[in-house]
Amino acid sequence: MSNYLYLIPLVPFAGFIVNGLFGRKLGDRAVGFIGCTVIGLAFVLSIAAFVELLGYDPYQRHIEAEWFTWLAAGKLQIPFGMLLDPLSAVMILVVSGVSFIIHVYSIGYMHGDRGYARYFAYLNLFVFFMLLLVLGNSYPLMFIGWEGVGLCSYLLIGFWFTDDAKATAGKKAFIVNRIGDFGFLVGVFLLFGAFGTLTFSGVADQVLLWVDPKTVFFWIGLCLFIGAVGKSAQIPLYVWLPDAMAGPTPVSALIHAATMVTAGVYMVARNSFIYVMSPGALEIVAWVGVATALFAATIALVQNDIKKVLAYSTISQLGYMFVGCGVGAFAAGISHLMTHAFFKALLFLGAGSVIHAVQHAYNHTGYTGDPQDIRFMGGLRGKMPTTYWTFVAATLAIAGVPGLSGFFSKDEIIWKSFANGHSAVGIIAMIAALLTAFYMFRLVYMTFHGSWRGRRGQEDHLHESPGVMTLPLTVLGVLSIIGGWIMIPHALHGGAWFEKFLEPSFAVADEIAPMHGSHSLPFEYTIMGISVLLAISGILWARAWYIQNPEAPKKLASRFKVAYQLLLNKYYVDEAYNFAVVETTLGTADGLWKFFDVKIVDGLVNGVAALMGWLGSIFRRLQTGLVSNYALMMTVGVVIIIGYLVWR
Amino acid sequence: MDFLSLTIFLPLVGALLMLALRKEADKAAKMVALATSTLTFAASLVLFFGFDRAKGAYATGLADLLQFEVNKPWIETLNIHYHIGLDGISLLLVMLTTFITPLCIWGSFKSIKQGVKGYYLAFLILETGILGVFAAMDLVLFYVFWEAMLIPMYLLIGVWGGPNRVYAAVKFILYTMVGSLLMLVGILWLYFNAVPGEHTFDLVRIFQLGQIPVEAQAYLFGAFALAFAIKVPMFPFHTWLPDAHVEAPTAGSIILAGVLLKMGTYGFVRFCLPLFPSAAHDYAGLMMLLAVIGIIYGALVSMMQTDMKKLVAYSSVSHLGFVMLGLFAFNMQGMQGGTIQMINHGLSTGALFFLVGVIYERRHTRMIADYGGIAKIMPKYATIFMIVALSSIGLPGLNGFIGEFLVLVGAFKTSPTYAIFAASGVVFAAVYLLWMYQRVFFGEITHDANKKLTDLTTAEKVILVSILVFIVWIGVYPSTFLSISENSVAMVLTRLGG
Repeated sequence: MSNYLYLIPLVPFAGFIVNGLFGRKLGDRAVGFIGCTVIGLAFVLSIAAFVELLGYDPYQRHIEAEWFTWLAAGKLQIPFGMLLDPLSAVMILVVSGVSFIIHVYSIGYMHGDRGYARYFAYLNLFVFFMLLLVLGNSYPLMFIGWEGVGLCSYLLIGFWFTDDAKATAGKKAFIVNRIGDFGFLVGVFLLFGAFGTLTFSGVADQVLLWVDPKTVFFWIGLCLFIGAVGKSAQIPLYVWLPDAMAGPTPVSALIHAATMVTAGVYMVARNSFIYVMSPGALEIVAWVGVATALFAATIALVQNDIKKVLAYSTISQLGYMFVGCGVGAFAAGISHLMTHAFFKALLFLGAGSVIHAVQHAYNHTGYTGDPQDIRFMGGLRGKMPTTYWTFVAATLAIAGVPGLSGFFSKDEIIWKSFANGHSAVGIIAMIAALLTAFYMFRLVYMTFHGSWRGRRGQEDHLHESPGVMTLPLTVLGVLSIIGGWIMIPHALHGGAWFEKFLEPSFAVADEIAPMHGSHSLPFEYTIMGISVLLAISGILWARAWYIQNPEAPKKLASRFKVAYQLLLNKYYVDEAYNFAVVETTLGTADGLWKFFDVKIVDGLVNGVAALMGWLGSIFRRLQTGLVSNYALMMTVGVVIIIGYLVWR
Repeated sequence: MDFLSLTIFLPLVGALLMLALRKEADKAAKMVALATSTLTFAASLVLFFGFDRAKGAYATGLADLLQFEVNKPWIETLNIHYHIGLDGISLLLVMLTTFITPLCIWGSFKSIKQGVKGYYLAFLILETGILGVFAAMDLVLFYVFWEAMLIPMYLLIGVWGGPNRVYAAVKFILYTMVGSLLMLVGILWLYFNAVPGEHTFDLVRIFQLGQIPVEAQAYLFGAFALAFAIKVPMFPFHTWLPDAHVEAPTAGSIILAGVLLKMGTYGFVRFCLPLFPSAAHDYAGLMMLLAVIGIIYGALVSMMQTDMKKLVAYSSVSHLGFVMLGLFAFNMQGMQGGTIQMINHGLSTGALFFLVGVIYERRHTRMIADYGGIAKIMPKYATIFMIVALSSIGLPGLNGFIGEFLVLVGAFKTSPTYAIFAASGVVFAAVYLLWMYQRVFFGEITHDANKKLTDLTTAEKVILVSILVFIVWIGVYPSTFLSISENSVAMVLTRLGG
């Protein structure tokens, strides 16, 4: 077993090395082939690991393999080790699987790009770090992956670096994430202080025996959560994610929707045994999650950029995952992580297919507009059927239509909120679900239905994307539909297989604080019924406004101008941050340099020098070079000495 | 064979050889310099591979730790000895010096066109001076090397420097002199009083037999610490550094940042902490405070710089703050982190200065605003610059993270508040380096002069890649280096009563 666990991340790393060093010489075909093959291999290895794990008794499914001691100083001993348990098994499957699909799609999407080799090298590197993040058996190892994926995100957002705005977006992502990482680091220091070890199992073992006050768990939980808030784009650190859409669309699908941004959720789930020790920290997780879910959904209502809508939707859905964790239903959070990876990756890839087509049409008509603005789309349904139908499947899934993957995972989160006594959180999550259904169908209707609203003649150049792009869409489409069937709850006569599979990973948490949630079936059916009703009303609402009566939203927007502007401008949060944080920091820094460094310290130094010079210029006058002067001085001196000796 | 003496004095021999050359024999001077410094590195490798990492476990003084020790009378009337030897910490610094110097010399081949012979002469003498400082186990010998190395550095800045070089060179030498005078007083005090019934400059004996009263420790700590703090430089004694760096030739900056500053931090570990432990405890709070201020202050000021070299210079203030914070955390993690961070800073900042020099030679400007978009023209340069910047930012997997992480873990155990403030430096480092990187490398090319820039030459590539090897090595497998200094650090901690 332990023999090939390392290979799972290392194979993609080999791809990075080959493509990074020799990519330009190899040519695009070879680069694409290598790039996809290594990820495919990682996926196959992940399946093998998963199958092997299934062979064990459920509570024996915990395999740790340590390779060498990475970092050691005194009591601090950090092994380079991998941990395979149900949680990480799910993560490596999702990560390598979705990555493989997106790598294949990228062959078509990035075709002909100057930086083709660089793109695949970065993407391979990303998968390496992401797999390390989920497989690492200690906090520091997870942190390596954590920072590594951040780096790749930075590099890929600013992939087309000659565009300064894109480079700025990349930098913003990195720096905002660093603020979160700061929290992560402090959390790690607290952990080391409290437990003297930094492996997950080492800490978990001690938590079970903990007798001292539990305050430290609150602080650890909070600090780690700050890290999660940065990486998973929650309030107040979500601002980097919408800007991150500057990267190539497959990157948005892979990094900024399906995998990297879910790292925070994984981290909270991985630390379930910490969080259950501190109800206060869990409460914060739940409330930040639900607040973000609602907040981002309201912004998504009015955005006109196809990728921006999806970006805010991602932020909102990540909020749901945190709600799941925050109400103690870690498995529900991870379920949603998985289904979201399917349907959101699909939505982004679909959006990429649309942008590709629109850009193509623009190029052919010599028009240089923004190919992502849905106000100038419409009627794409007939032109690109595969893209359309898969996009609809994903939209139905995210909207929570019964039977599709998103329904099971989202419903589970909402139900567990109520069942575990967080009704207020549950109600807000329901409202956000209504908004989700609405803005997603608004997107579908504006993009694919109606008639083309761009320049005349352009619509003739709109074509379906090539097979290398539509095949991945189809695969993800199928997953978006059936991906939730392993999660069908007992209430619907399913086996809740997925939750059961994950259970051992949360065993310690369960032992510390068993959740005695409600098991009332009628209550569960009621919640489920309301969820379904809300999803359908959201869809109908969108249909009413964007198909039947397109004037209605415009009228509303002009009637409630302030509210509309507020949403359109994303509550002016970026502007506020810019003023409160960026300008203040730069101002302080400038003052420190120009005033303190130059005026005070150097002023003092140069002042001492000047003083010496001045003293020197005075004493210099004594050195006249005239013998009679010196003779006079001598005489005066002799007189003084004799006088002193006489009168002392 | 005495490889330690050989390592120390080989450069000096090279310098003497150079005297025999004709004045215009530029090419020969270059070859002699490169050859001797490379041979020096080879000689030091013998030390590296011959070093016994297990020696001196549970040591309480230097006696058990020293390897390659040589002890011969020098000035017998004053009981001064030629006493040299290496422990783990000094071995690491010796290796850093012998590794960086040939790279500096090779890197100067194109940029130094005036007074070529003198330049390499100064460089070789400088190397001997630095190596001597790290190996000396006699206080007078130490002081001689300490002062001797000032002169060639002064000349490197003052003769081969930029337009404002004289001001910078004088500032550099006066700042350092002020500190070292008090240190001399401290050394004399130790000579007369440290070991009862004996007058000795021998550091090993002072470690072993020294009885330094608590009241005297406070003054001695102050006298030594001032000299070292200026050298590090610690806030607020840092203002000589940006000037010296901006004016110094590229190789001068590399050796200055890479190695010379480490003489200050080395001094703290070698003298202030183990000899004056009681005072060290009293001053620890202040030192940690200054270190944290340095970390944040250096980073903030760095952010505002318009000159790339000055930006890197100020970032040194920040990075050395981490070293000092680790040393004064008084635990294994902090002090090992501080030690490895000395090496990291030497590699990363050295590489950054070299990279700035690469582009300066091509365009004769270091202003950030004169660039933009050059990633397109110089992709290899851009890639290496990115990796080095990331190492400086502290990205896990590269060397900087190892040092910073250990330092912060250690500091957090001693003082959570300071550690939390220091950790914010992690955010700022990303800001100033990535911002600079973006303005230099990304966007469209705005200055026509930049369109004709050529990518790295073979020599430049070899130099940079050899540094990168260690940047990655320390990041991935730090044990190679941490295990060298472990016993020495443990000794210091034992003496501190930890």
